[in-house]
Amino acid sequence: MSSPAGPVPGGVAAAGSRSAPFGSLSDRGPTLCTVTSPASTDRVPPQLSAGPRPAPGPAADEGLARRLRALACTAPIHDLDARKANLAGAYSVYGMAEIALAAIDLVTLNMDFDTGADHDQIVARLVPRVAAQAPARPVAEHERVARWVLENLINVGSVDRGFRTVYGTFAADGSYVRRDYDFKLLEEVPGPGGTVYLRTTDEAVNVLVGALDTDVTSAQIAAEVKLEVLISRGRLADAQLAAEQARYRTVQYSETLRRALEATRRNVRAVDWLNAVPDMIAEALDHVADRYRHENAILTNIRRARDESEEPEHKRRAAELVDIVKDCIRRHTQLQSRLLEAGPLFRAEQDRQAFAVPASTAGIDLYGHLLAPVLPLPLEQATRVTDAFFARGTGLRTPVSVRVADLVDLLLTPPVEREHLGAEMPEPDLIATPDDSRFSEEQLAAAMALLDLPADAPRRLSGLLAEARRKDPDLPYLVALIAVHAASPAVGTAYRQGEEKLLFAVDDGTELDDHEFGGADLIVGTALLDAAGMAADRTEAA
Amino acid sequence: MTEHVDRSDPEAAAAPVSTAVTPADAADAARLVAFGLQPKLQPARDQEYTDLLRRYREDPPFARLADAVAAGLGLVVLEVSPRAGMAVTAAEDSVFAVRMGDYARRTAADSGDRFLHGLAHLAVAALSFPRPEDLADDGYIGRVTVNGVDAFVRQACRRLEERAAEEGENTDPATDAPGLEAAWRIWARRSATGATKDARRLAGSTTGIVGKAVAFLTDSGFLQRTGDDSGGTYRTTARYQLQVRDMAGSSAMAELLELGIVPVSDGTATLLPAEHTDDLELVADAGLPFHS
Repeated sequence: MSSPAGPVPGGVAAAGSRSAPFGSLSDRGPTLCTVTSPASTDRVPPQLSAGPRPAPGPAADEGLARRLRALACTAPIHDLDARKANLAGAYSVYGMAEIALAAIDLVTLNMDFDTGADHDQIVARLVPRVAAQAPARPVAEHERVARWVLENLINVGSVDRGFRTVYGTFAADGSYVRRDYDFKLLEEVPGPGGTVYLRTTDEAVNVLVGALDTDVTSAQIAAEVKLEVLISRGRLADAQLAAEQARYRTVQYSETLRRALEATRRNVRAVDWLNAVPDMIAEALDHVADRYRHENAILTNIRRARDESEEPEHKRRAAELVDIVKDCIRRHTQLQSRLLEAGPLFRAEQDRQAFAVPASTAGIDLYGHLLAPVLPLPLEQATRVTDAFFARGTGLRTPVSVRVADLVDLLLTPPVEREHLGAEMPEPDLIATPDDSRFSEEQLAAAMALLDLPADAPRRLSGLLAEARRKDPDLPYLVALIAVHAASPAVGTAYRQGEEKLLFAVDDGTELDDHEFGGADLIVGTALLDAAGMAADRTEAA
Repeated sequence: MTEHVDRSDPEAAAAPVSTAVTPADAADAARLVAFGLQPKLQPARDQEYTDLLRRYREDPPFARLADAVAAGLGLVVLEVSPRAGMAVTAAEDSVFAVRMGDYARRTAADSGDRFLHGLAHLAVAALSFPRPEDLADDGYIGRVTVNGVDAFVRQACRRLEERAAEEGENTDPATDAPGLEAAWRIWARRSATGATKDARRLAGSTTGIVGKAVAFLTDSGFLQRTGDDSGGTYRTTARYQLQVRDMAGSSAMAELLELGIVPVSDGTATLLPAEHTDDLELVADAGLPFHS
């Protein structure tokens, strides 16, 4: 097989098809398959020695390897749909790939500067989509499906909690090497207080946005230019897609910065504070300022599009877009405040780390002499060093020696019942506090009934007081108190809480003629509020 | 031993002590070694321990006796002082030595896990004593957190990864030769944490492995837990400094030299900022253990 194929530069597959015309395709079939699959490496070396290189050089191979890795990142998502048949129960109604991408979206959007997204929160927000796919199924099953997808994206079963794929490349010397590519889609990171958060990895963001192997900044600029063009042409559906992409890019950008700042806190010398970091901060601040201007301009444009648009669908799309851009601006602001803290943080850490009095003698530099040289070593050699450190660095353990007599007792002792609930709580000694309220509940109800005035008929305080006095001699005090408060109504609270009406009191200069109270005879009335309008305003202002 | 007993010493009072060892002396010496075997015991908290330590320092024949007891048990005496107490550690092949297989069972089967556990210990030490001065200064108390150690190693791994990417090197290992995979990739690949059913730390994650290391070191009297922030915060003890400086550091260094890797340093601690070179070579005289 290899000898006739030798002089043909086109490669083995071409040789097979040329030497065998149409008729023999059926019996040649298996050969073709073997040749094109990567498993046929045993046939390749004779080719190499025989003539021109059938494989492109390592440089061209690098691009292929990159694409293979990118392709590998989508495999776990395809795999979900392939494996759903193996689950107990008929789960084929669910579109697992769709749920998986939605989950990655949710995690990406919930990744804040400091923490990631919460497990349960993601599941809770996934469930409506799962439920929409199969509304007839029970809620518990929806949640189970959501959890299954999330766990598979983390790949809980593997010890690394990641994925591995094998691909082949040609090394510099022309030999064929199979390599392992390890990647994660969702990773779990420690949060404050021992909690675990989810973050999307760079691989996942890249796969998701579909912009493989591109520069963060330029991709963002491109996305925004695209958005502006789309808006000016009135294509809002595409505009929303572009705006969401811009937001992913923003998240990715702040993630890069977060890492650098975290490293600074650990050790000022771990990062280059002479050039690289100040440059990066300046660049990022420029970026934030630039984006902020840019996105405010977009916001104005979309708001206009929203207000001018006649079609309800366009209006809704534009309103969603407003929300997305607002979120982008919020993230930029967060990034900027963190950037402004970076300088003081560096100076404080430098004071702490660099200006202590140096000791006169120096010992082993554990990082520089040991840790740093060990990390790039091959695993086999590195383990020898870490083993040596472990053997001498862990101290001692006193060996346990057992007497047979003790052992018998020990084995026969019933296990101690574990207290699930902890120690018993002492019964709290409750003392009834005396009810020292000035007015009773009934009085309050009576006063409120009295003050429940129709919107078109305000009343004088004097009249209200006289009516209250007829019911209960104490009631006028409460009515007067509420009326005085109504002179300065809590408009802000009513606005925020979406109240429908509000009690108010106005002083028109008339003096109150009463034997118990003095002051102005207020006009007390009820104002009706536009609750629906306020709600709309609130969502926009938020 | 450099101690010389002058036979012609006119001071007759010291002579009986130095010449004849009574069973009571042997019992006291063994008692002192026994105190040393309880690494979490503070000398200042125990009157008898303090007295025996003073005797060790003031009575050279007694000191030699205690050293001999320790050596006979397979122990190495690192230091005897009021701050560290009778700091002893296990000699190689001693019954007191800690074996990796007993420490974590998975390490026997999985070379990756074996490396991760060893590296966790090295990283805890490196972060406890970030500069050579810190390791040399007896008064220095290091502070580490579990998450901090993990983040610190990850940072170092990330730098190697970036460097490899810059050089266009493909670091994905060959499938059939796991032993040739670059060590940093093992750590970088392992997940940092993970949710578990009972809300405990995932044992196989890197924070789980570091958490195990610091818990073990705490039991060895090398660290003291000070809080729960960042996965647990700890401060170092005098014993840990001695152990790392006199035993672990030099032993690992010897192994590294045997592999033909010679980290260069002129032994001085200068706090000059590291020069900004682009290669991975260590910056000579860098005061701090970081690459440029």
